[in-house]
Amino acid sequence: MDSKSERKRLRTRWRTQDTELSLLALPTTIWYVLFCFLPMFGLIIAFKDFKIYGGFLSNVIHSDWSGFKNFEFLFKSNDAWVVIRNTLGYNFIFILLGILVPVTLALMVGQLHSRKAGKVYQTMMFLPYFLSWVVVSAVIWAFLSFDKGIANQFLADLGHDPINWYMEEKYWPYFLVFMNLWKGLGYGMVVYLATITGIDNTYYEAAVIDGASKWQQTKFITLPLMKMVIVMMFILSVGRIFYTDFGLFFQVPRDSNSLFNVTTTVDVLVYKQLKTATVGMASASAFVQSVLGCVTILIANWVVRKVDPDSAMM
Amino acid sequence: MSTRAKYESGLDKFNRVSNTTNVVFHIIFILLALVCLVPVIVVLSISFSSEDSIRNTGYHLIPTALSGESYHFIAQQGRMISRALGVSVLVTVVGTVLGILLTTSMGYVISRPNYKLKGLLTWIVFIPMVFNGGLVSSYYINSNLLGLKDTVWALILPLAVSSFNVIICKTFFRSTIPDGLIESAEIDGAAQLRIFFSIILPISLPLIATIGLFLCFSYWNDWFQSMLYINDQNLYSLQALLNSLMSNVDAMAKNASTMGISYATLVATMPKESARMAVAIIIVVPVAAAYPFFQKYFISGLTVGAVKG
Repeated sequence: MDSKSERKRLRTRWRTQDTELSLLALPTTIWYVLFCFLPMFGLIIAFKDFKIYGGFLSNVIHSDWSGFKNFEFLFKSNDAWVVIRNTLGYNFIFILLGILVPVTLALMVGQLHSRKAGKVYQTMMFLPYFLSWVVVSAVIWAFLSFDKGIANQFLADLGHDPINWYMEEKYWPYFLVFMNLWKGLGYGMVVYLATITGIDNTYYEAAVIDGASKWQQTKFITLPLMKMVIVMMFILSVGRIFYTDFGLFFQVPRDSNSLFNVTTTVDVLVYKQLKTATVGMASASAFVQSVLGCVTILIANWVVRKVDPDSAMM
Repeated sequence: MSTRAKYESGLDKFNRVSNTTNVVFHIIFILLALVCLVPVIVVLSISFSSEDSIRNTGYHLIPTALSGESYHFIAQQGRMISRALGVSVLVTVVGTVLGILLTTSMGYVISRPNYKLKGLLTWIVFIPMVFNGGLVSSYYINSNLLGLKDTVWALILPLAVSSFNVIICKTFFRSTIPDGLIESAEIDGAAQLRIFFSIILPISLPLIATIGLFLCFSYWNDWFQSMLYINDQNLYSLQALLNSLMSNVDAMAKNASTMGISYATLVATMPKESARMAVAIIIVVPVAAAYPFFQKYFISGLTVGAVKG
């Protein structure tokens, strides 16, 4: 059988088929070069004393090298530490609750006597996932606005003084955690419910015959079989720990300056620095985020490969 | 057969949670569902409140004085809103079609096992999933080098492809399209472009529906690209318009002169508070009406996504 040499021939010779396929891939390849690879080279800005005038290329070429000065400025400012604390802190809580709550609810919705009701609840709880942060921000404004908001009217009805919500730091960690959970709940439930419905029914039949209670079935059958997906979701979110949902931290608090300490994450800082034209610092922040993000994703992927080789990206 | 069915339903009945637990669970879920629905109801009710009632007593869950003035205003003089609606629809339609073409073609090409450049292209798709240039350099490349600033392309192009979608496509083509089908088309003398457009795409409708819906929602809901690249108010999408209305109550009034309405009339007549929420409703209603129908596609898409990181 000369299939080996045949395969080798196929592998080495360029055929018309390859030309045609390359042609088909050309537009997307160009897209990747323009929108993904050019910006990677743009990271040079972080090491330059970049000024905004004239064309981009001539700027990059003519700007002076500044070495690590941008990074020095970044880490000497107090902002850097506040922002890293916020990013990691919120992500830590988001990961924890983002697994705990949807898993619990998915387990509960599977136990409802009426499947139809379960579907209806699920559909309703999926709605926030499809709302944009701008719309969500408008909704929150309706509740929290100082003079017209529903929350302050409620406080007034109870005889309390109104609270200037967008000025008070202490409430926002709770709001942000709640909003994040609220928006992601439907998504999380779907993922976990898909796993639960995929579990072979005979496990439960055997358990019932052995006299296992509902709680025992959940503890000894459902949860162990869900472990894989839970671990996967956990590792994936750990891999994104230096990234946050810009909309949540920028739109929902309405970019209020008095909330800086509790609402600014790396993404928000980069955007603010970009808009206030401290380009050097902005690109230094973005560079740090990209590199740390890359490292955590690679570590997470390495762990995934140890746990479950088929699910790894590489 | 029937005994088995009976046995199973019997088991099912026997193994149910108690009625009390069931009721408690229902109450919890009803509350949660309300928490997820109330925001939309609030926006809806504010959009139907009269401007006077909002000015006097604030926002309410249930409008104290019903009025359709904000919608009436939008229908009469909301040229800005109809323009923004046009931008949103255009961006969503063009973006989705372009995104589907770019994503599926790349997915198909890297799914062909004998293709010579498969390795290279797979890396081109893969590397951006791990490492990216970050917001700052993307911003400068897009606005200064590619000249996308204040063009509608700034809203369309950067969101068109995601490596994640390309990989979903690749997995789909690899697992559902038999090699024999492509081989026989090749023997019949069909070029790859023809095979892709007249054989592969038509039989990949579930995939196209999933990817298309993801793209559709992300284009419709996008506000970040507008915030970065669009200063020209003629190019505001609905999201950008709402964003500017939220951050500046008078944005609409300020722009009245450029929109061909006398400034004074507009300031006097515009129901600012309820108009904001009316814009939000124009954004939300198509989404809220569409997603329950496509939920099953999303669910399959999300499940693939969760399993295949």
